[in-house]
Amino acid sequence: MALVEIKNVRKSFGALEVLKDVSLTVEEGEIVTIIGRSGSGKSTLLRCINGLEDIQDGEIRVEGQQVHGQMKKLRELRQKVGIVFQAFNLFPHLTVERNITLAPIRTGRVSKADARALAEKVLAQVGLSEKIDAYPEQLSGGQQQRVAIARCLAMSPDLMLFDEVTSALDPELVGEVLKVMEDMASRGMTMILVTHEMAFARDVATKIVFMHQGRVWEEGPPSELFSSPKTPELKSFIGSNH
Amino acid sequence: MQNLNFQQVLRYQDEFLHGIVNTLEMTAIAAFFGLLIGVVGAVLVGSGPKPVRILVKAYIELIRNTPPLIQLFVIFFIFPSAGIRLAPFPAACVALSIYFGAYAIEIIRSGLASIPKSQVEAGECLGLTRFEVFRYVVLAPALRNIYPSITSQLILLLLGTSVASQIAAEELFHTATFVESRTFRSFEVYALISAIYVALVVASRVIFAIVGAVAFRWPVRR
Repeated sequence: MALVEIKNVRKSFGALEVLKDVSLTVEEGEIVTIIGRSGSGKSTLLRCINGLEDIQDGEIRVEGQQVHGQMKKLRELRQKVGIVFQAFNLFPHLTVERNITLAPIRTGRVSKADARALAEKVLAQVGLSEKIDAYPEQLSGGQQQRVAIARCLAMSPDLMLFDEVTSALDPELVGEVLKVMEDMASRGMTMILVTHEMAFARDVATKIVFMHQGRVWEEGPPSELFSSPKTPELKSFIGSNH
Repeated sequence: MQNLNFQQVLRYQDEFLHGIVNTLEMTAIAAFFGLLIGVVGAVLVGSGPKPVRILVKAYIELIRNTPPLIQLFVIFFIFPSAGIRLAPFPAACVALSIYFGAYAIEIIRSGLASIPKSQVEAGECLGLTRFEVFRYVVLAPALRNIYPSITSQLILLLLGTSVASQIAAEELFHTATFVESRTFRSFEVYALISAIYVALVVASRVIFAIVGAVAFRWPVRR
């Protein structure tokens, strides 16, 4: 069974259909990068995978569990699926430690007594141990995004989603976030990411998905897709990104 | 003005003290229940079923568009005919809670609306329940955003307790009318309680400032 199964998904915002019969499977350990122009539906697809958007048709299963069903089941599922957003979305009123430990404590994954140790562990993984008592506003964008990643890691997810996580960062801060993601990839985390970082997609991804006009236009390993694109749309997209 | 005489008035210091305590007690009770109404009402207006939303909005409009004195009279003079008989002090507390609650709903609603949807999404994506997201993610930043308006509304509530004197609830203004009727020293009596109200308001503002500084310590982008 694939970790993520997306079957014939349709999604509309009002009259505008943004996902038109999208199907995609992601196996455990895969690193899937979704690329495409703005408006091609890639972020929407990502947000559908953990139920942030509802769908009009088709189905999405994660670990065999239907995403668009009962709220309680969705909540259980979300504890196993981490998502990192473009705008970090850290909680401004909580310290880094509390940002990280809030959900693990509330969902019963860790006791209050052991929470700080958990925060220390995941912060070490993103290289920010010394910021444990800082507030989000006291951190740079790159640091905030690494805390957001650590916050997901604290839930020990089986799958991580990344929604253009470097797009809001100053260029010199992009590298530190990508490095953390590379580390995670090398440790075998299953990842689905929407990104404009073509070099990262080429070097780290096991599969590239090119979306165009709400459809999966082309998919395959990066070596194939980047060197010999089959469709003129992908060819021109790759061309415009060099 | 040449023969001001505070001495006569100050002989009633025990009555004034009693009035001050009752005014503060009435304010605290109405603030507590009003805020409770505010939080529950704001949540209902935001995400309750439609009939409930309409009901809450009707309540807000009704209260905000009528004088608090009338509201007080309704509870004290008209409710008894429906079998709800309250002594002056509790009646005033009920009326002021209902009055303050209507304003609190609107203020708290604006506070909840000021929190970006992305914060709620981030909480939900971590597997928190809707209540947990409200309690741990939304509430504190929302309270910070509305703190200035909610505290000035509380000051208005404190001053507004004076209407309770109209049904003879024993708060500070009622004490004043009582002492005036005994001493006929109108100017002195009302000058004195004005000074007391000013002192209470200044003290409240200082307390609000300290509470705010302690409760909302996290840095924000300006």
